[in-house]
Amino acid sequence: MFGLDNKDTRMLLVVAVLTLCAPFILNPFPTDSAMAQFNAGYPDLMQRFVIFGIFAIGFNILFGLTGYLSFGHAAFLGVGSYSAVWMFKLLSMNVVPAILLSVVISGLFALLIGFVSLRRSGIYFSILTLAFAQMSFNLAYSVLTPITNGETGLQLTLDDPRILGVSATADGSIPVTSLFGLEMRSTFEMAVGPWAFQFNAGYYLCALILLAAFYLSIRIFRSPFGMMLRAVKSNQQRMNYTGLNTKPYTLAAFVISGMYAGLAGGLMASMDPLAGAERMQWTASGEVVLMTILGGAGTLIGPVLGAGFIKYFENIFSKINDHVLHGWFSFMPDGLEDFVVFIIHPFIGKGWHLTLGILFMLVVVFLPGGLVEGGQRIAKWVKGRKNKDDSTSATKTPAE
Amino acid sequence: MDAILLQILNGLDKGSAYALIALGLTLIFGTLGVVNFAHGALFMIGAFCAVTVQRLLSLSYEVVDETQKDFLGNPLKVKTSYVESWFGPEMGGAIIDWAVPIAIIFAIPIMILIGFVMERGLIKHFYKREHADQILVTFGLAIVLQEVIKYFYGANPIQTASPEALSGVANVGALFGTEIFYPVWRIVYFFFSVVIIGGIFSFLQFTTFGMVVRAGMADRETVGLLGINIDRRFTIMFGIAAAVAGLAGVMYTPINSPNYHMGMDFLVLSFVVVVVGGMGSLPGAVLAGFMLGILEAFASMNEVKSILPGIDQIIIYVVAIIILLTRPRGLMGRKGVMEE
Repeated sequence: MFGLDNKDTRMLLVVAVLTLCAPFILNPFPTDSAMAQFNAGYPDLMQRFVIFGIFAIGFNILFGLTGYLSFGHAAFLGVGSYSAVWMFKLLSMNVVPAILLSVVISGLFALLIGFVSLRRSGIYFSILTLAFAQMSFNLAYSVLTPITNGETGLQLTLDDPRILGVSATADGSIPVTSLFGLEMRSTFEMAVGPWAFQFNAGYYLCALILLAAFYLSIRIFRSPFGMMLRAVKSNQQRMNYTGLNTKPYTLAAFVISGMYAGLAGGLMASMDPLAGAERMQWTASGEVVLMTILGGAGTLIGPVLGAGFIKYFENIFSKINDHVLHGWFSFMPDGLEDFVVFIIHPFIGKGWHLTLGILFMLVVVFLPGGLVEGGQRIAKWVKGRKNKDDSTSATKTPAE
Repeated sequence: MDAILLQILNGLDKGSAYALIALGLTLIFGTLGVVNFAHGALFMIGAFCAVTVQRLLSLSYEVVDETQKDFLGNPLKVKTSYVESWFGPEMGGAIIDWAVPIAIIFAIPIMILIGFVMERGLIKHFYKREHADQILVTFGLAIVLQEVIKYFYGANPIQTASPEALSGVANVGALFGTEIFYPVWRIVYFFFSVVIIGGIFSFLQFTTFGMVVRAGMADRETVGLLGINIDRRFTIMFGIAAAVAGLAGVMYTPINSPNYHMGMDFLVLSFVVVVVGGMGSLPGAVLAGFMLGILEAFASMNEVKSILPGIDQIIIYVVAIIILLTRPRGLMGRKGVMEE
């Protein structure tokens, strides 16, 4: 289907089902049960899942294929957000031109930074991208205040000169983002028995774009271009010796992944029209690195899994508190219960980053392929055991 | 003229922190070949050593004094710290006052120990893996260390005062026949860093141990073949590098109240410093540290800012990008080290 082989089609379908049914999958608990606070199926969070999924897919096209570790990708996300918000301010509240502009602008920005940074490789490349990103962050924070509105962040106001559209709605409020009239925030609620599922227009827009982005990344991975990028990763020197100039290929990969980041930034602004400099800080770039590695760099589905995993558990973990823990471990004797809660306490609530850091280190040390490799190992182990069972039973049967 | 002198002082002061951190980074990179993203975290842990020592020294107990009354008429509770009760009020007060310099004594063994544990427990397993993997695992470690500190000390900056005798301002300009007032502690910081840097260099230059380490930096394999346990010496160097970062942190506390993410803030800059100086070159790291510090100080002068607004925010990065693109080896990089 769509020029993919069976395996890739299946993967695309799995992602499609996961994203399109997310409002169901993420809402396993009835609304009035005690576990309802662990439901993740509300629009804001689901939008973040897919937006960061797009961001991580893009990062993976650079890091997973070429091995160039960029520590400055958040800069493109920030640029995308800023351009989208400017489009809302100046042109119209329709998200299409905003997203298009954010992709184009961040692509140009990536072309500039990539052209300079890609003259070096390895650790120097990482530090160059880090320096560029930090520079953009500082610029956005202070010097470029007329464009970025500095510390406060860029927001819509009531007197924006919107060419196609109105500065303020009839009742004097700021108009909301929409797709040809379909408001991004409009949500359809469906109640099934004790469950309530929310279907948000903005989320479905993001999900469809994620599917398109995922499809494109599969095509890139399977194309001769993707093959060339992999060759760069395995041995760039040899490529150069065969008389091939790798620069255009790596630069193309850099620009593509920058455009993905810009797309994510544009979507972020479309869902919630504001943009701040903190989106560009290098720790934000670190986050997408975490997502990609945790899911599995160089695999297709890894980054999406990683983004979903981090954002989901970030949400869940920060909601768990001592009270909840005591509820969970109440079956234990009192002293033991307190002890267990005491041990777990630093890792929950505000301690989520600690858990994430430890998890990330464990993955880098023991599972360089991330969650995907973990899944493969488990599958292999299960298969291996089955084969063993088969062989033992095979040897036993003749004895009958 | 005064303004220029003042900016040079500012630059030397900023530069000494950069130089100390970059020196430690380069020591680790030059010996073990590991890119240590957790180095900023070591700097931060050093700063929190100072906080801890100050808190420990000012531990106190309360005595109800019946002879005195507070403003409500209740018997006054008098707080006396243990140190004061042991050494007498004068001596004890002085010890509490000098908590930050005293912290140096405690920070050195603690930091060396942390360095050993880090190297033996984690980084040892990453020698043979790619630089990207080293960056990632140390980045993860930095997050973990930072969150542990945040768990124990909270997220707010903790004010830690310098000794009262060193907290005023001094007229540095008197040396040049003008008047320039400058905080004493910052001058102390500069001289402290010069002493540390000098110590490290002479340690490497004039001792047998240092000679072996330098030989190992040049050709690890051959030194190993000569029957020298170079790994153990490199581990010790890692400990020393951690201690340098820690000391830089201890002395930095009165200048900037330590918080849990100060390490990350310094890390990016110190990496830029290392790269500008040349990966693996110790003199390069020190030179680049001071140079970038002075450049940053001059860029933040109002005269410069009025011509190029905001240049102070980006000057370091701009210089780094220019140098990396024109002199790929950095200012004083050795031939053959990480050249691509």
